[in-house]
Amino acid sequence: MPIYSESFAAAFHLLASSDNDLMEILALSLNVSLASLALSCLIGLPLGAILAIRQFPMRDFLVGVFNAMMGLPPVVVGLLVYLHLSRSGPFGWLGLLYTPEAMVIAQMILITPIIVALSCQVLEDLHEDYKDFFDSLVVPRRTALLAYIIDARYSLLTVILAGFGRAVSEVGAVIIVGGNIDHLTRVMTTAIALETSKGELALALALGFILLAISLAVNFLVQWLKASAKRRAYV
Amino acid sequence: MPISVQSITLTLNDRRLIDDLSCTIKSAGISIIMGPNGAGKSLFMRCLHGLAIPDSGAILYADKPLNPSIRKQQSLVFQTPTILRRTVLANLLFVARQRGIDDPAISGEYLRQLRLDHLAHHPARLLSGGEKQRLALARALITKPTLLFLDEATSNLDPASIETIEINLQSVSKRGTKIILVTHDVGQAKRLADDVLFLHHGKLIEHSKAATFFKNPKSAAARAYLAGKLVL
Repeated sequence: MPIYSESFAAAFHLLASSDNDLMEILALSLNVSLASLALSCLIGLPLGAILAIRQFPMRDFLVGVFNAMMGLPPVVVGLLVYLHLSRSGPFGWLGLLYTPEAMVIAQMILITPIIVALSCQVLEDLHEDYKDFFDSLVVPRRTALLAYIIDARYSLLTVILAGFGRAVSEVGAVIIVGGNIDHLTRVMTTAIALETSKGELALALALGFILLAISLAVNFLVQWLKASAKRRAYV
Repeated sequence: MPISVQSITLTLNDRRLIDDLSCTIKSAGISIIMGPNGAGKSLFMRCLHGLAIPDSGAILYADKPLNPSIRKQQSLVFQTPTILRRTVLANLLFVARQRGIDDPAISGEYLRQLRLDHLAHHPARLLSGGEKQRLALARALITKPTLLFLDEATSNLDPASIETIEINLQSVSKRGTKIILVTHDVGQAKRLADDVLFLHHGKLIEHSKAATFFKNPKSAAARAYLAGKLVL
């Protein structure tokens, strides 16, 4: 399989030479993914915590909806965002279609349910564990919430990284709302799709290797954080 | 403050777990709740502390219903203690801060008292069962409760841990903290109790001074229980 060694060499060469186009694509991929992740966390973590701790009518229904939404098909999300941002759509006046902002919105819609559902699960387990103790101690709800987040921080970090993994590897939605425009909305995944369609398999694979390396690096970082946390106090 | 329990009843899943229970518990000394498994001892304690709400009846603390201010003067040590995912010291500091105690030196003092000072910076979840229970007691004592509940807090512990806990309980009791303890351990009850409440099938069968209870139990169920017979 010479194509793998060829692609690996191409990936290494692209990185070693700090190819401008590659760096641009890489930077945009990370910017879009991190921005959508940050917004999703801002919405998803408090929402997950509320669903985990508070009991209210429709709570179970909402948990079910968010669980189901973890498997949202990206192309459908892309299409819906496209319809809303296109000129004839309700938000067409914002002029966001085919911009990185549109890509952030689409990814945010995809990631938020993951953050909500998984953080809800993590915090719900901790709430079950701590509930009686906190009730007995008459701990104010806000203090309890903070304690849950502090004590579940490493599990929540894993949740956040699951969201990042989904964002950085996503192609269906961003290609529809971003349009894969060179120097404007081209990210790693859409570039891979384009190079593959052009028959530039070596370059596509090289980009794939880089994407994989990012994913591995992030996961190793989490492993390291968890291991060092266990060494300290978090068990 | 004395506790007046007025005809409380609690039913769960069509099972009457507390059945028309009334008593008055004095504001000082150590009261022991005894009875066979399923008698409703732990549930009764949870009702006293406000973690379970009776369907009917009332629980009054010096003629006042239980409220957050009264509950903040109480502590409960659970049979299986909840340990926060932090160090031993951080566990204690968390509880201390809930009562406005911010000085780590005070927490250190309680750790010493419960023979945990050498483990202050260890992950609390990695402690042994006895150490966890001693940490739970340290957390309970640091709030300086006027009423301390213990729900089978020494079951499955080694004699050294039991002794440490009992010495601390007797010490805080002498300093004026009311203690209500659920236990199956007749020996422990004899060592600690000032009065005994004996429950069976959710009913209070007997409430008498410890000496009277152990010497001359009135009910057949209590007699059988103390004799180590099967009480159904």
